[in-house]
Amino acid sequence: MSKDDSLVDVLQRSGVSRRGFLKFCALTASAMALSPAMVPRIAAALEQARRPSVIWMSFQECTGCTESLTRSHSATIENLIFNAISLDYHHTLQAASGEAAEAAREAAMEENWGKYLLVVDGSIPVGNPGFSTIAGISNKDMLLETARGAAAIVAVGTCSAYGGLPHAAPNPTGAVSVADLVTDKPIVNVPGCPPIPVVISGVLTHYLTFGEIPELDELGRPMAFYGQNIHDRCYRRPFYERGQFAETFDDEGAKKGWCLFKLGCKGPVTYNACATVKWNQGTSFPIESGHGCLGCSEPDFWDMGGFYEALSTPLPGFNEAIAYGTAAGAVAGLASGVLASRVKKRAKDQHQTVSVDDLEKGESS
Amino acid sequence: MTHATLERGINALREQIDAPVAAFFNSCVNCGICAEACLFYTESGNPVYTPIHKLEPMRRLWEQEYTLVGRIRKMLGLSKAITDEELREWEELVYDGCSLCGRCSMVCPVGNDITYMLRKMREGMAASGNAPEGLIGATTRAVKLGSPMGVKVVALQAQAKHVKNDTGLEIPFDKEGADYMVLLSSMEIINYPEYLAAIARILDQAGKSWTVSTEAFEATNAGIQIGVSDIARELVSRVVAAAEKLKVKTIVSPECGHAYTAIRWEGPNLIGRPFAFKVRHIVEVLDELRKEGLLKTEGLEEDHLTFHDPCQLVRRGGVVDQPRNLLKMVSQNFSEMEDCGQMNWCCGAGGGVSANERADELRSKAFLRKKSQLDKLNVDTIVTACANCRIQLEEGLEEHEMEIPVVGLTEMIADHLVVKEQSEGGT
Amino acid sequence: MTSAEFLMFARGPMIQVAGFVFALGLLVRLVEILMLGRSENLAEKRGSGFQGGLRTIISRFFPADQNTFKRSAVTVVAGYVFHVGLFFIIFFLTPHIALFKHLVGFSWPALSTPIIDFLTVLALIAMVVLLWRRLTHPLLKFLSTGEDFIAWTVTFLPLLTGYMSYHHLLLPYNWLLGFHIASVALFLVVFPFTKLMHTFTFFLARWYIGSMAGEKGVRQ
Repeated sequence: MSKDDSLVDVLQRSGVSRRGFLKFCALTASAMALSPAMVPRIAAALEQARRPSVIWMSFQECTGCTESLTRSHSATIENLIFNAISLDYHHTLQAASGEAAEAAREAAMEENWGKYLLVVDGSIPVGNPGFSTIAGISNKDMLLETARGAAAIVAVGTCSAYGGLPHAAPNPTGAVSVADLVTDKPIVNVPGCPPIPVVISGVLTHYLTFGEIPELDELGRPMAFYGQNIHDRCYRRPFYERGQFAETFDDEGAKKGWCLFKLGCKGPVTYNACATVKWNQGTSFPIESGHGCLGCSEPDFWDMGGFYEALSTPLPGFNEAIAYGTAAGAVAGLASGVLASRVKKRAKDQHQTVSVDDLEKGESS
Repeated sequence: MTHATLERGINALREQIDAPVAAFFNSCVNCGICAEACLFYTESGNPVYTPIHKLEPMRRLWEQEYTLVGRIRKMLGLSKAITDEELREWEELVYDGCSLCGRCSMVCPVGNDITYMLRKMREGMAASGNAPEGLIGATTRAVKLGSPMGVKVVALQAQAKHVKNDTGLEIPFDKEGADYMVLLSSMEIINYPEYLAAIARILDQAGKSWTVSTEAFEATNAGIQIGVSDIARELVSRVVAAAEKLKVKTIVSPECGHAYTAIRWEGPNLIGRPFAFKVRHIVEVLDELRKEGLLKTEGLEEDHLTFHDPCQLVRRGGVVDQPRNLLKMVSQNFSEMEDCGQMNWCCGAGGGVSANERADELRSKAFLRKKSQLDKLNVDTIVTACANCRIQLEEGLEEHEMEIPVVGLTEMIADHLVVKEQSEGGT
Repeated sequence: MTSAEFLMFARGPMIQVAGFVFALGLLVRLVEILMLGRSENLAEKRGSGFQGGLRTIISRFFPADQNTFKRSAVTVVAGYVFHVGLFFIIFFLTPHIALFKHLVGFSWPALSTPIIDFLTVLALIAMVVLLWRRLTHPLLKFLSTGEDFIAWTVTFLPLLTGYMSYHHLLLPYNWLLGFHIASVALFLVVFPFTKLMHTFTFFLARWYIGSMAGEKGVRQ
């Protein structure tokens, strides 16, 4: 496969018919909430696209994002898309290692300077450069260096998008997100722990189609995939409205598929495509399999209170605050009460009997 | 001689504020419903007569001296101190514009006993020299002459002579060990001497022993109305001393509202110890006699009657059914007023308003409420059990040229007594 | 600050500080009242003060007098709608129950969300009516102080933001929920220093008036 092959050549060689290709384009258009009129444009763009160079860098991560992506193992359209890009560097997937791998990265950078797409998974530790290095280069240095020649950056996974698990309190490595370090490049956040494969491919498709990053929300996520609220799109929503909730994971409500709000579901504050696109080729998603949403596509989802605490409960510390306030209030109240009692006692001590001769005001007053 | 000062007034208020007052002030939400229950507001339409507003100086004092927040506010200059000018301004609201009728306390959604607080507010007003002249005069007469209207014992003795002439019954003065020691209000001695005769006949028929003390026959207590506990205590003590001296079993409060509150509810608290005797309103006594079968009446009133509930009996005293039980014995055409019983409208003259000439105009305006109640009824006679209400009703009806006689309940019962053989033989 | 950070801040430090201030202020004011004490009633009692107190705590939930009710109908009706609505909204919406469970360790059944939603609309309307009355009725205009409007505002905001959160009006949910919690924090902080205290003290007030009336045999 040559780097200069266009996507359509690759597709044809893979045995994907033009009809199959258009179907993918239509699916992508609908997933991204684009108008059907855009389908030909997507197809045209993809047909003409020269396979762009992609450099994928993994920092403080668990490989879950890559695992997720590689779950598109059979001849799925996502897989094809990935055959359709020139993945020049991905040290988990590539055969080369060490200096050879770095040489590949440098070569790709040089050849495609200003045009390559940088994909990052994992957070970047800034607490101590030694916390995570590749070929002796700290994550931060490698990110900054590679980012300089990138046309755009896609931060895949919550770690690279928002710091993720490494960033969870107390953040021992000083983990930060890509956007915390790189401010002069267009960045698309594709959060999730991990993100949905089709969402990653959809973002890439958009980039290939339009040559620019898609419309983003305030958290840098593509509106097309993160514009909708899990709770709003959840098939269990009617149970929420009716007040039918599972109280434990094995009670009648759980068996009947009632709402998991009380079991800590973070669906109401989570924006992702899980409830619509679903996972494993549209098979299911966490709520459907009986577990509440963890809110993994949201910043600091590790610190949003307990996974099994209802969303409406305050973060840890509230009960203590009430307890301290009550204790302090009781003490302050007693003190104020003693003060008041003394005022009243003094008033009683100073009482001068009022007789009928005292009812008129004196001249002097 | 000492005199009233602002400091004495504020000190009196400090003494008066207690946990209920604090709970009440904490709870007020300025909803204005108390105003809708107050006849001084409903008849004048002037919001200054909103009951809770009448307590504003006391509320501020409570906040400034009995709460942490208030102390801070005062320190920061956000809450101004009570001034003499302010109290002078409030005098009209606290005395002229309140009859202590207690309707506001009945309707307050959060349960504020505004009347309870107003009674306390008057302690501060009186001690700071902001009580009305009329009430000061009445109080002075009560203390110095033994009666707010200046009625002396000779006047009572003269009335007793009339009763003897009319009924043949001796008024038993200063009789030791009597069942009942009957108190009278000056108004009854002067305006309604029939009351004494009625009592004499009823108790004679019931075969009860009773007495009137020449040392303490006056039931009214101007100290309560003006709001000076020291004076109220002195006046109550006279009655207590007389009752203890004569070793009576029960003191009978006359047809007067606040007199009942004064002796029945405030009395023991004023002197700081429970009474060794009972205190009953005459209406209660009559109803007890009725229950014992000692009250025998004959004949029924032909007039269309209604009953005006005195505030201090129903709302502050819990006497509601007794007068109705009694009226049933002697009436055949009885109609209740709208809002009767617990929520009956005040006549407009209670709580010292009638003793305060300055309030005359407002008082006659307040009577319009009673008038509209009466207009709906078209009765021939109004019965009541409070001489003060009775005077206000008579004056008000006269002003509006409504010719409806007002009768005391005790007299009406006496009029229907089955005449005893003996007395029949005597006449 | 992102919406998520704001939400975390609201659910964390902000509501904690508010809870602390609320508990402190509430306790101070309640202890202050109780410590003032009251003198024993020495008059011969006609009834039970205890029963009277309890009875009045209940009976004052209902209008004592039909004619006073009629004269202040708007205040009373809007007041009922608002208070009853607020009560059910606070204590019978599932997310709120989860919060109370977190606080007290036990829970109770919830009302279905559309009912709460309906009550919220009613309560909002009732509050607007009450505000309009306060601004226009001569009596209420005369009685009103700045505190009345502060109390109105801090009570209205949680209702409004709660309603907006549920319906995702104007802003993303995170912002709305954050504002909702922030408005509750404001409510809690203002609470002990204003007439909002009546929420707790009315029990005491009714208890006192009821027990005094009970001892006199006055029916309340």
